[in-house]
Amino acid sequence: MTTLAHEAHHAGHDGHHAPAGWRRWVFATNHKDIGTLYLWFSFAMFLTGGLMALGIRAELFKPGLQFWQPEFFNQLTTLHGVIMVFGAIMPAFTGLANWQLPLMLGAPDMAFARMNNWSFWLLPPAALLLLISFFVPGGAAAGGWTLYPPLSVKAGMGMDLAIFAIHLLGLSSIMGSINIVTTILNMRAPGMTLLKMPMFAWTTLITAYLLIAVAPVLAGAVTMLLTDRHFGTHFFSAAGGGDPVLFQHIFWFFGHPEVYIMALPAFGVVSQIIPTFSRKPLFGYVSMVYATCSIAVLSFMVWAHHMFMVGLPLDAQLIFMFITMLISVPTGVKVFNWVATMWQGSLTFETPMLFAIGFVCLFTVGGFSGLVLSIAPIDTQMHDGYYVVAHFHYVLVAGALFSLFGATYYWLPKWTGYMYHEGRGKFHFWWSMIFFNVTFFPMHFLGLAGMPRRIPDYALQFTDFNMIASIGAFCFGFGQLLFLYNVIHTIKGGVGKAPANPWEGAHTLEWEVPSPAPHHTWETPPDEALVRKGLRAQYLEGHDD
Amino acid sequence: MNVENGIHDAHYFVPHPSRWPIVGSIGLFSLAMGAAFSMNGFVAGQWGLLFGALVIIWMLFGWFGDVVRESVAGSYGQQVDHSFRWGMSWFIFSEVMFFAAFFGALFYTRVLSVPEIGGTGFTNRLLWEGFSAHWPFATGPETTAYHTMEADGIPAINTMILLTSGATLTLAHWGLVAGNRTKLTLGLLATVLLGTLFLCFQAYEYHHAWTEMALTLNSGAYGATFYMLTGFHGMHVLVGTIMLTVMLVRVLRGHFSAEHHFGFEAAAWYWHFVDVVWLLLFVFVYVL
Ligand SMILES: [Cu+2]
Repeated sequence: MTTLAHEAHHAGHDGHHAPAGWRRWVFATNHKDIGTLYLWFSFAMFLTGGLMALGIRAELFKPGLQFWQPEFFNQLTTLHGVIMVFGAIMPAFTGLANWQLPLMLGAPDMAFARMNNWSFWLLPPAALLLLISFFVPGGAAAGGWTLYPPLSVKAGMGMDLAIFAIHLLGLSSIMGSINIVTTILNMRAPGMTLLKMPMFAWTTLITAYLLIAVAPVLAGAVTMLLTDRHFGTHFFSAAGGGDPVLFQHIFWFFGHPEVYIMALPAFGVVSQIIPTFSRKPLFGYVSMVYATCSIAVLSFMVWAHHMFMVGLPLDAQLIFMFITMLISVPTGVKVFNWVATMWQGSLTFETPMLFAIGFVCLFTVGGFSGLVLSIAPIDTQMHDGYYVVAHFHYVLVAGALFSLFGATYYWLPKWTGYMYHEGRGKFHFWWSMIFFNVTFFPMHFLGLAGMPRRIPDYALQFTDFNMIASIGAFCFGFGQLLFLYNVIHTIKGGVGKAPANPWEGAHTLEWEVPSPAPHHTWETPPDEALVRKGLRAQYLEGHDD
Repeated sequence: MNVENGIHDAHYFVPHPSRWPIVGSIGLFSLAMGAAFSMNGFVAGQWGLLFGALVIIWMLFGWFGDVVRESVAGSYGQQVDHSFRWGMSWFIFSEVMFFAAFFGALFYTRVLSVPEIGGTGFTNRLLWEGFSAHWPFATGPETTAYHTMEADGIPAINTMILLTSGATLTLAHWGLVAGNRTKLTLGLLATVLLGTLFLCFQAYEYHHAWTEMALTLNSGAYGATFYMLTGFHGMHVLVGTIMLTVMLVRVLRGHFSAEHHFGFEAAAWYWHFVDVVWLLLFVFVYVL
């Protein structure tokens, strides 16, 4: 049996060891190639969604209608949301998981390498459906990324394309997640038990679990939307005994865990970077694991905090409000652990560390504004206003996106074999940090002053803060070309060759393979002694044994 | 299995580059475009649907053909086998959550929205004065009259059929493990036939409901939840039956041994899952 498997393995590889040209990418079964595809795709979507954001900010630079008709403005806000969530942030984290999990766990590849390819190659068709939808009669979906009926039931053909895009994206997410969960559960190196694996693997595991649980629920919700639109059902129409609020319940049963699907992997990235540049093991590893798990459980029980304004009974509002507040406990545990990791560490502030610290500071701001919004009577004032917009951009841009930048700078030497230019990396960080705040901090004030979101025009008194936000947005947006430059510069040689481990404080397994990581790594599992050496350095195994 | 230290194949099988995933993506893209266009009055969309469906069928044959060939060639070691087990379990979990969305819709409609519309309160006066809430309601606020489904008759027979098919499938599995080929083949054949019978009964039931009971997708929240839940379940029975038919062919070709037959087990897990969903459907859609 084993001999056969061995032979089959080699027979399989000899002819295809270095697939070249377009076939390498289109038929890829290599986790590094697929990870690279994911990362480039998500960056392209980030620029696409970013252009839409700039379209929004250009229109909002001053009151009145300058550039777009309101219908097109609504299409921009909707597609900006859908593309950033499903096209940029989520695939970027899947790309990271693809590149890093096999390296960090000591596995030869992802568990299902061929399905891995399909998970990626479902994304471009989905993106294509969304982009085509701008050109069909009626234009793209324009009801906001939440697709609430009855608006979404009445909308034109663009909504159907969005629904099918969501089906494809969901399929991709489910397959990608099954791959991640199986890889983590079944392919760890000998000696690496669950409670000894890197925190990034833990948060990715929980993320994938959440996604397997809620992506099908979203698929069900949009399927009911589709039949309400075209086949005469009345799920979301009171005319037949249904209820539009039902959609909101199902959508947010998906939507709130989705928030953690975009946040947990960021937590994992930061939990790798901060110990490395503090030259200390992660403080409270086990509490971090339990905090992650409890966030996963709680995230299924808070969805109606998005619905305080639909007329829920008071008891329901209170329950959802209190459980929502409860989530701040495990999140607080995490922030405490990151700060405690830095406490008395030998800190250095390379670009990844700067992004990680920026993450901790700004994600905490977003967490606190979330806590404010969780209070039902306050949410009554803030609902569908710019305070909400400020809140979730602190969580998703300064949270998820900053962690992705940090992760890219952190692992770029491993991926490309070259070091990035530290000065330009730091410049990218400070530029992003400053203009992120210029863009989104004023939105808190706009929200408090009562400016509603998803409108192309506004009352005069909101002008000043909108102008500041628009200037910030353009600076932030174009500043990201610097990130693109930094990455391409590094790929082309950067400032010199990177050693296998360029960070003296990093002890996880990916730093044991050469830089750039060869096409195939850990074809046989790493030696147990090597694994244990790393675990001891991370204080995951006693120093006395 | 030693969970803590895992099992490590000397070389975990990593398939070489494959064209099937991209073929599948092209098929699904074509299906999506075709569906979106034909639903919005562009007849040409139907060609997209047809093309997409054919491409998907081609992809399924090609992809699973590769998997079968690799399995028969002995490429899959013990660790790969474990991966398949985890993968199938999580896939079934995702299916559970897919049905959960529709069951959630059913419970919400029955417990909250229909009583709200039919109550004596403000909503009722505003929307449908005089509508009295009960489930299943035979006349919706804005739908034509229709008849609702009874639990006895075809649904009860179908419950018996599915429960029996679960038993015959288990018999087949016992036959496989014991090396009893006759028991295996006959048990599997009986399961496939029972699955087909179930589908025939359901097709008859749908036809009857649509033409003689005026129960359509348009029949208010009752018709919507009825067809959505039983329809998706029926699609799963169809897929399960196809999977088991493929397994029957593989059994006849001698692909499985007493130790090495995860393909069979995966199909069996799927079948039992479909079975359990039916029981919930029978209780909450037909009986209560
Ligand atoms: Cu939420």
